[in-house]
This record gives sequence, C-alpha cells and structure tokens, in this order.
Amino acid sequence: MPFEEKFTWVSAVVTTGVAAVYFAIVLGQVPTVPVAQIAYQWPLLIAIGSLIVLTIVGAIVVAIGTAIGAQITGSGSVDDVGRHDERDADINRRGELIGYYVSSGGALGVLALAMLRFDPFWIANALYLSFVAGALAAAVAKLVAYRRGF
Amino acid sequence: MVKPTRVSNSIRSLRFAAGEMTQAELADRVHVTRQTVIAIEQGRYSPSLEMAFRIARVFGVSLDDVFQYPGEE
Repeated sequence: MPFEEKFTWVSAVVTTGVAAVYFAIVLGQVPTVPVAQIAYQWPLLIAIGSLIVLTIVGAIVVAIGTAIGAQITGSGSVDDVGRHDERDADINRRGELIGYYVSSGGALGVLALAMLRFDPFWIANALYLSFVAGALAAAVAKLVAYRRGF
Repeated sequence: MVKPTRVSNSIRSLRFAAGEMTQAELADRVHVTRQTVIAIEQGRYSPSLEMAFRIARVFGVSLDDVFQYPGEE
C-alpha cells in the first residue's frame, strides 16, 4: 500500500472518529438542553485542534511503521516513506475536487440556514458537518481510485 | 474488474527479459512507488507521457514497444 494511501486512511479514520465524538457530546444535549444554551464553541475548537494533532501523529506513526515494516519484511523500501509520484498527485487532485463539491453543497445548506435565521448553534454545526462530509468524500474517492484505478 | 484505461503494456514481459527485474527495481529507476508500477502493469493507471518515456528508456526500447493502444474498429 502506498504511503499516501495509508495517510488517506489515517485522515479518514481521524476525521470520522473526532466528528463522531464531537457530535455525540454536543448533539447528545439537544433533547434536554435548549440549543442556545449548549456550549458547543470549546468542544468544536477542541475537535478541530484534535483533528490536526491526531492527523500529524497518525502520519508520523504510519511513517515509522512503514519504515520498520520494510526493514523487517524486506518488502518495499524505507525510501517508500514519503515517496509521492504523479499517480498520487492525480488521485489527490481528483479526490480533493470531489471533496470540494461535497463541501460546497454543504456550504449552500449552511447559507440557507443563515438566511432562515437559524440559531448559530445549527449554523456552526452544519458548517462543521459539511467540512467533515467533504473530507470523508475526498478520502473515499482517493481510496477507491487507489484500489480500482481510474 | 473493469480496466479504467484502454492502454495496454508489455512491462511485465520486458521486466523478465531484462534479467527478471523486479517491480521495486523498476519503480526506483523511474522514481515512482512500486504500487504505481503495479497499477500500470495491471492497466489500472495510464501514466503520463513523460513517465512512459522514462519506463521505455529503462528497457532501452521505443514507446510503442512498451505501450499499445487499440485502433478504432
């Protein structure tokens, strides 16, 4: 598996995990607490910070694991770590384009919420959800391209 | 599995003719990942013209000897 594909897996897993925890904590309060009183700001900032930190840590762990695996099994090369070729660039470009379309669709929904004067709670969370959906769509598109070709 | 590209190639046979060169060796010489060589060999990825020339140069053959494209029927 190319290093870039492993990194895409890390990104997909971290994005899903962080979003799942955030939405479980914040949206779990919706049935019992008025949305205007739910303190979502810090959990949202922590979720975004965690996403960045965990993605970096995950990439480092994958790089180390790839290098150690190459040494132990003798298959592949330590040089494979961080090696990025034109196929990776093509797949990344296509994946990010799909992610952009999904995020843009979500942003239109957020715009509608703002125009309809929904509570900032819903606007902020819908925006975060559209970013998450875009990132996941990009990751899935890349993984499909790595597996099936294009 | 449906092959996403109509470009076929003779890389596998050229590797064996070149002293059973491994996919990893070819990848190193073309400066790509081994998975990209595998994807090209299996017809799952159509390389750029520049990469195609680099692959042909490794084997010392012309582009047509490495890559084939079916004519219009």
